Amino acid sequence: MNQSVFRLTLPILFGYLPLGTAFGVLFATQLDYPWWAAPLMGVLIYAGAGQILAVSLLAAGAGLVEVGVAMFVLNARHLFYGLSLLGRFRGAGWRKAYLIFGLTDETYSLLTSRSRGPDRHHEQLVDFRITAFNQSYWVVGCAVGALLGENVMFDSRGIEFALVALFIVLTLEQYHALKDLFPIWTGAAAAGVAMLVLPPAHQLIGAIALVTVVLLVHYHRLRTSATPVSREQSS
Amino acid sequence: MTYLLSFILVSALATFATRVIPFLFLERHTEHPLIKHLGRYLPAAVMALLATVFLYRSADWQAGLPGLDALVAGLIVVGMHLWRRNALLSIVTGTAAYMIVVQTGVAA
Repeated sequence: MNQSVFRLTLPILFGYLPLGTAFGVLFATQLDYPWWAAPLMGVLIYAGAGQILAVSLLAAGAGLVEVGVAMFVLNARHLFYGLSLLGRFRGAGWRKAYLIFGLTDETYSLLTSRSRGPDRHHEQLVDFRITAFNQSYWVVGCAVGALLGENVMFDSRGIEFALVALFIVLTLEQYHALKDLFPIWTGAAAAGVAMLVLPPAHQLIGAIALVTVVLLVHYHRLRTSATPVSREQSS
Repeated sequence: MTYLLSFILVSALATFATRVIPFLFLERHTEHPLIKHLGRYLPAAVMALLATVFLYRSADWQAGLPGLDALVAGLIVVGMHLWRRNALLSIVTGTAAYMIVVQTGVAA
């Protein structure tokens, strides 16, 4: 089983090793913390964009409340992943907690797209190993990157732009899946307003609150103005 | 060190919360239209918001050509991603461009 799981997760290996390494290098070059904190974050947090955002929050010495809110909202898309896996993880026992913990974008796409047999218990075991393999690639990447960043001397000024680049890429991917510019403009405009009227420490939370309000109003108007079905089709 | 460890703990809990909440509370509400609406639009809006805030913050607004460093690098990421659609390649190219601009000071 391990061999077929390895083959199945090979594309994730090629994605997680370099991205984890990039995070590790960023961590070691931007911060003065010991290198092992990078793989520790890979073990306990296990979120690509989240950990990269964490580097800039750590560098800024952000308050823990802001950290919690920023992490939660950045990973809010995961709220909607679980919805499609509710049935699949049912009855997985103690493994269920880990299956849920390890539900990254990549693991989610692998678990939802792979072919499954009729033996539910066996399939949950395979899901479990897939999740564990994927996380091990990520943790190894984090450790390798942090050691590289700590021991190889190079001019790393500007490397923190990786975070911006990552968010731009994720925005483009969201647009690609959605084919709708409305949420993109809403997010960008909310960020603009928040940066105009709020001090830097409160801009992220402010923009997030604004986006949520706009989406609630948008939802309310869709529900009350036209019949939901026809609006759904026209948008 | 206490700060680092509490930081990691808070981040781990917040991240785990986003993954576990559907299994705890939403089991009966998966078809609710508000949940579907947020599921459809919120992730894209949050990504655009983060991209905007951090792009703005990475720009040098005191430079001779204000903001050009981040803007050029950002456009390279967009162009690269539209062209090849390889996330890692887009990120590495854009970051390298930004590092070159910052380290050589061509925009200053």
